[in-house]
Parts: sequence; C-alpha cells; structure tokens
Amino acid sequence: MKKSGKYIISKKIDGVFTTLYDVYRFLLRFFKEVLFPPYEFKELVKQCYDIGYKSLPLITLTGFITGLVFTKQSRPSLAEFGAASWLPSLVSIAIIRALAPLVTALIAAGKVGSQIGAELGSMKVTEQIDAMEVSGTNPFKFLVVTRMIATTFMIPILAIYTGVVALAGSFINVTQNEQTSFSSFVESSLQNISFLDLFSSVIKATLFGFTIGAVGCYQGYNSSKGTEGVGKAANSAVVVSMFLIFIEEILVVQVVNAIR
Amino acid sequence: MEKPIAPVDMSEHPISIKGLRKSFGDLHVLRDIDLELYKGENLVVLGRSGTGKSVLIKIVSGLLKQDAGTVNVLGQEVDKLTTKELQQLRLKIGFSFQNSALYDSMTVKENLEFPLVRNAPHVTRKEIDHAIEEVLEGVGLSQALNQMPSELSGGQRKRIGIARTLIMRPEIMLYDEPTAGLDPITCIDINNLINEVQERYNTSSIIITHDLTCAKSTGDRIMMLLDGRFEKTGTFEEVFNTEDERIQTFYNYNFTS
Repeated sequence: MKKSGKYIISKKIDGVFTTLYDVYRFLLRFFKEVLFPPYEFKELVKQCYDIGYKSLPLITLTGFITGLVFTKQSRPSLAEFGAASWLPSLVSIAIIRALAPLVTALIAAGKVGSQIGAELGSMKVTEQIDAMEVSGTNPFKFLVVTRMIATTFMIPILAIYTGVVALAGSFINVTQNEQTSFSSFVESSLQNISFLDLFSSVIKATLFGFTIGAVGCYQGYNSSKGTEGVGKAANSAVVVSMFLIFIEEILVVQVVNAIR
Repeated sequence: MEKPIAPVDMSEHPISIKGLRKSFGDLHVLRDIDLELYKGENLVVLGRSGTGKSVLIKIVSGLLKQDAGTVNVLGQEVDKLTTKELQQLRLKIGFSFQNSALYDSMTVKENLEFPLVRNAPHVTRKEIDHAIEEVLEGVGLSQALNQMPSELSGGQRKRIGIARTLIMRPEIMLYDEPTAGLDPITCIDINNLINEVQERYNTSSIIITHDLTCAKSTGDRIMMLLDGRFEKTGTFEEVFNTEDERIQTFYNYNFTS
C-alpha cells in the first residue's frame, strides 16, 4: 500500500518528538545514576585513560600543526600593516578562546565519539549489554555513566593541552621569523588573555565533552538492526556531536560576549 | 542420544507462568502462555524461529516486561520487583545467550570473574581463581583462560558463556538456542554439557531451541510453541506422536532437511 505524503510527514514529526523524549529520559537517567552508589571508579579510570591518554598522539599532532599553520597564515596580513609583533597575541587569543576547545572537541567527536557509539552499539546487538544486566550489573551505570563522566573530565584537560601544544607550534614559527625569545613570546601571548577567556574555554570544552559522551552513548546504547545499526550508531555519534558542538560554540560565545 | 533420566521434583516450581501475553505493536508474539518448570528438570520450549521463544525467557529474566499475566520465579513476581530485588534474583538465574554474549574487550578469565567480582566483593583472589578453574574444567576448556573471545570457535564461546553463568551457582538455567550455528558434533558436545550441568549443579532449566536433536537429547519435557501458544506438552515421543499437521511439518522439516 502506498503511503500518502501527509502520513509520511506526520510519522517523521512523531519520530522527532519520540527521539527528543528518549534523549530527555536518557539524560535524566544519567543524572539519577551518577548521584547514587555504587560508583564505578575502576571503570571510570580505565575510560579516562582510554579517552584521554590514548588520544594524546592525535591531539598533539593536530594542536601543533594548528598553531604552526595559523601563525604562518596570519603573518602576511599583519606584516602588511607592520604589525607582525602582534602575532603572538593574536594567535594566543584565537587559540585559547576558540581553536583549542573547538579543535579538541572535533577531533574527540571523530575519534572518541565514534568509538563509544560503535563499541556500545556492538555490545547491544551482540546481547553483551543484556548479559551484563542478567549477571547483576547495571549496564547503564557501568558503560554509559563512566564514559560520559570520562569525556566530560578529559576533553577540557585535552583542550588545555591542545592550547599549550598549539602555542608551542606558534612559537616555533614566530622564533624562526622574528627571532623572538621564549619569555617574550609567552609575555606577549598572555598579555591580552583574561581569566574570563580561560574560564569560558574550559566551560566550553566541558560542555563539548559532555555532548560527545552523551551522543556517543545514546546512539550506541539505543542501536539496533545488527551490524548496520552499529555503523549507523558510530556515524550518528560523530555527525550529531559535531553539529551540537558548533551550536554550543555559538551560544557560549554569545553569552561570554554579553558578560565581557 | 537419549536423555538420561533426571531426578525431578514435581512438587516444586522454580518458575511458574500464568496467562502471559506479549505483543510488539500489532504483532502478538505470546498469547495466554501457562508454564510450570519442575525442580531439577530440563524443559525444552520448541518452536520455529520468530515465534517468541526467546521473548519468553527474556521476560522470565526481567529483560522484557509482559503485557499481561504473571511470571513467578523462585517465589517472586518478576515484574513487581524493585531494581535491587531483581538484581538479587538474577544472581540465581544463569542465562546462556544465543551468541554467547562474551565481553569482546575482556579475556576469558576476565569474562568469567566479572559476575563474581561485582556481586561478591568479599571473595578473595584465591577463591575467584579456584572458582574459575573449576568452571573451566567443568566445560572442558582449562587451556582457554587467557584467550580473547575472538580467538575461540563458536562451540568454545558457547561453553565459556555457560561457564560464566555457572560461576554464580545458579538455581535456574535459561538456554537461548544453545546449538544454533554449530556443527553436528559440537551440537552433541553442547547437549551433553547441558545434561552435565543439570546433573552436577542440580539446576532447573528452560532450553529454547528449534533443533529437535537438542530437544530430544536434553529435554525431560517438551513444550511445543505454535502461533504464540503452547499446543502440545509431554515427552519427545508424546509431542510428536500427533495428527497435528503443523507439528508433523516441523518434525519432518527438521529430520529430513
């Protein structure tokens, strides 16, 4: 039987609201489970190690290249106005206010988000989550809560690290071209950085981390339809996280600018 | 192979189900199911794929909720239990999943100790190691201790899956398609293992299968599930000595294909 356009649209709208309600229930369950014991400290430490430490090589490379290339690309424009000496200050503002948390979050959404989505999705379709439940373990607490806390904690730490590495990349380019010493680079870099810049960056990265964990876990934990579902969960974890990260970036910048 | 006679106590019912119904949307999977599992028996639920056999044991273990009816397990109504009570009850139920459901990221040893470490926090390392050794020996896979699940064959994974449930010394075993996807020789091994588990651990079991050889080899009693209802109950011979065309077709398909 052919379905009418009206029927299809109403089904789609119905689907959107059902998903929103499911997400609401998922987050509500997270906040409930996170508060009450037992706490899965051992698994949390393992997840922090997997999400944080194992992301270091990729984050280091990306951060370093971002700082280096951004400095290199910005130099001609500033040099045109005879303002090449402002380079460390300009680069540090861009890195600390925007690039460090954003680049870290986008890298983590790709690496960590997809990993969480695929891992939980595969556990779901192979009944490992059910097996955990029948063996007297709360799988939501063991798998979801630990991963969401780990991303919420580790992404800000990784963002701070990205900022440091990006500034190191920037320093190498600056010192090669302007023969600037390390101490004067640091001094001019931090000259225009306020506490609000640092604070808003960390808050932003925390929000991004929570989003990556929540989206990855939600997609994986609710995946179905066998291996196709696992691929879909991993893919959605990345796409939805990135979309939300950009929305959050805009919102936080608006709020911080209003405060500033 | 014929099933050895097990000491069954018909006065005790570890699982008692009355008027159970379950639907998924418009699809009525289980309709007015009544079932009583006797203590110490292996009860086989036979039926074609997609007839709700697995749904039945998922309801028994509290993984799914029924639409109507009562499910009483070891004297407790499953759907009325709190999360904590259900968790406690589940420790007395062993669930062997169709695809074994071993945790991919853990070794065999970690898989086996997982339920024990998490549910018996005061057990010493020595006791855990002893328990692991014992169940592994029981399923004949002592050498697999440090292997990853991906390194095991289908039959070995099934055995480890069963060992993982046995480590908690369950009173009830639920087997979901224990021989699905295995070669005939491995199927015989798994059937023998199910009987050994019944004998050694004195478990009462529900075995979900569509494999008649498995049903014949392991079942003390067989219940035939057709169109969401139990159509016939009895020994293997009693169930298949029938004029019912649907049951005859099922029998012929299994033994002639």
